[in-house]
Amino acid sequence: MFLKIVVLAKQVPDTRNVGKDAMKEDGTVNRAALPAIFNPDDMNALEQALRLKDQYPNVTVELLTMGPDRAAEIIREGLFRGADGGVLLSDRKFAGADTLATSYALAQAIRKMQPDMVLAGRQAIDGDTAQVGPQVAAKLNWPQVTYAQEIMGFKDDHIIIKRRLEQGVELVSSPLPLVITVHGSAAPCRPRHAQRLIKYKKAMVLPWSVGDVGGDEGKYGLTGSPTRVKKIENIVFQVKETKRLSASEEEITDLFRELIHQHTIG
Amino acid sequence: MDNFYKDNPDLAFQFGHPLMHHIVGLKEADVADALENYDLVLEIVGDISANTIAPSAEEADHEGPALHNGRVSYARATAENHRILTQAGLYGMALPHEYNGLNFPMVPYVMAAEIVARADAGFSNIWGLQDCAETIREFGSEELKQEFLPRISRGATCSMDLTEPDAGSDLQAVMLKATWDESTGFWLLNGVKRFITNGDAQIQLILARSEEGSADGRGLSYFVHDQAWGGVRVRRIENKLGIKSSPTCELTFSNAPAKLIGERKLGLIKYTMSLMNGARLGVGAQSVGISEAAYREALKFAQERKQFGKPVLYFPAVAEMLDTIKAKLQASRALLYETARFTDMYKLTHLKQYQRLIDCYTPLLKFMAGEYANQNAYDGLQVHGGSGFMKDYPIERLFRDARITTIYEGTSQLQVVAAVKGVINGIFLSQIKEYQNNPVQSEYEPLKQLLLQMTDEYEQTLSLMQGIESDCLDFHARRLVEMAGHIIMGYLLLIDAQRDESFAYSAEFYIFNAQSQNRERACFIHSCLTTKPNFTKSKPLSLT
Repeated sequence: MFLKIVVLAKQVPDTRNVGKDAMKEDGTVNRAALPAIFNPDDMNALEQALRLKDQYPNVTVELLTMGPDRAAEIIREGLFRGADGGVLLSDRKFAGADTLATSYALAQAIRKMQPDMVLAGRQAIDGDTAQVGPQVAAKLNWPQVTYAQEIMGFKDDHIIIKRRLEQGVELVSSPLPLVITVHGSAAPCRPRHAQRLIKYKKAMVLPWSVGDVGGDEGKYGLTGSPTRVKKIENIVFQVKETKRLSASEEEITDLFRELIHQHTIG
Repeated sequence: MDNFYKDNPDLAFQFGHPLMHHIVGLKEADVADALENYDLVLEIVGDISANTIAPSAEEADHEGPALHNGRVSYARATAENHRILTQAGLYGMALPHEYNGLNFPMVPYVMAAEIVARADAGFSNIWGLQDCAETIREFGSEELKQEFLPRISRGATCSMDLTEPDAGSDLQAVMLKATWDESTGFWLLNGVKRFITNGDAQIQLILARSEEGSADGRGLSYFVHDQAWGGVRVRRIENKLGIKSSPTCELTFSNAPAKLIGERKLGLIKYTMSLMNGARLGVGAQSVGISEAAYREALKFAQERKQFGKPVLYFPAVAEMLDTIKAKLQASRALLYETARFTDMYKLTHLKQYQRLIDCYTPLLKFMAGEYANQNAYDGLQVHGGSGFMKDYPIERLFRDARITTIYEGTSQLQVVAAVKGVINGIFLSQIKEYQNNPVQSEYEPLKQLLLQMTDEYEQTLSLMQGIESDCLDFHARRLVEMAGHIIMGYLLLIDAQRDESFAYSAEFYIFNAQSQNRERACFIHSCLTTKPNFTKSKPLSLT
């Protein structure tokens, strides 16, 4: 079996060490003040990909990331842990992208990389949107499985995936190609491998530009991003009362309506 | 993220030692690149030790290994530690690249051992037994090397099976029988081994009697057995005081196939002695790791625990205990890496001078670092007061884990027997004179004067020993070895302080203590020799 997996990974500010200067006046993240790390959920996704590589012959794992030059660290980190290679999308024209423009760029790159499967973390700790994986699937017109906790393996030409849901787990089966988003409760990523670290510590990553992935230039970066941040404010959550719901569609819909109405979400 | 390498600058400090550049230059073409690699790989070791091994050390200690149908299964956490270190490629660290190793010198390898032991001293045995590879690499045929070494790099577990019920310290008495079997082309092993650390290992090195009718060490040969060949069963797992995450096994051999390592009859007299130097260096590293953990636990507790309105740290009696632990910790670490450097120099040059140094430094290290680990765990527990006596804090485990370090791989008493050779043949003294030649900054001159006085006293004491009977010398051996050891470690700390003044306080405190302890020993020897020449002990006084 030949299987090519692309793992979407993002370099994010480490929100575990948020200090006073974490946000700029204009409400955007002050990236310079926070150490850059490999997005945690994406690490879980990488591990799932590497497990398939352990389990089956002829599986290749490549990373795909978008960011400034230093995001090449993400590709190297993947190499240290067992990936075969990766692509860095780095071009001023990609900058300022919201999830729509990001997923457009990633989908363009994926078309060029031609994988059989795309894995991504469920969400990044900076934006917390959980939109990019599903949007990539939509743009590629591939099926998607979200909230994966474990990729169980192949059964004939279908892949079996365990999904982590609020009320339990669910096993689903899907043909390829496929986009899977991996939940943080999945197995933690394996450590860096000493020999790979020595071998790849100076690995060069040649960035791809907009020109390399083609497509409609207007859909990239800030130009392609309809999202505008209107205002950012700190919200202190307080528990004042509790409410018990059944798992029925109706009650959950009602809860959402109420939360949207109260501006808690939305 | 916590990191047991990055949080301890005293470790990377060792790479700045002048001899280190020389060692790396003999091993690798690009010294700066190699040093960067050591740093990067030790960062992985520090990460896994801090975030995987240490947090589950208590769980592994409580659960311990289990025995089912003659096979050992590790505690959950122990198995997980082994799995992760295997995934990180941290086995075969000292093996050459051709066997898929990292080709590390002893210094960074020993450092990894210290870091892992700080996290879980019991588990550090399982990881540290990769050192068995060194015996196969040094003495085995190319065929054996190809068969076993790459597997060790991939994480195959190892054990060295020496001890038997009637052959502990006295390995010449080993009885496990090895018989050549023409039909299979294997040696067949029959008998019992006892107290075997990680005894259900995949690759076992075994000392056995190949020469029928022989009774001493010259009838013993060295073998390697692959678990897959069958014939070895675990009869029981010992219930121990400490290092409980590491299984200590009694093994029965029933026609267990094995291959000869090197030549017949050299098993004990050559190969085991070489293996032992490696293992003792390993126990030295383990001891320093335990001391480091004990110091950190004691310091943390003393900062948090308040009595009489302030942290107990600020009471002089507690502060002195903490400083004593730190001084002994840094002194034993200085001796550990000095010994590791000499070991590297010997392995890389095969010069006799380094052979002589490691033959007396290794037992000195094993002896002193093991004793200090016990004293440090004892004092560290004392700092905790009543809480230290409870199972609620890690210090009680450290106290139990430390206890083995003065016992296995040769008791402290046996280390003294080996190290005293360095007293008699003058190796220690000539090395002390080498240290004297290191220039010190003027503010350290008074400390150096103390060491010079201690050296005079040591030489005077030695002169009293001239012409005395050998069992009288045996009687004083420990005192003499300790005197030499104190001076050596005093100098090493003083030399470290020239490169980094953070060592100044430990150097000073250690040398003050060492001087008074040497005086006590000199006084004892002097009194003995002047009042009862050739006084010795062959049995306890009450039995005379």
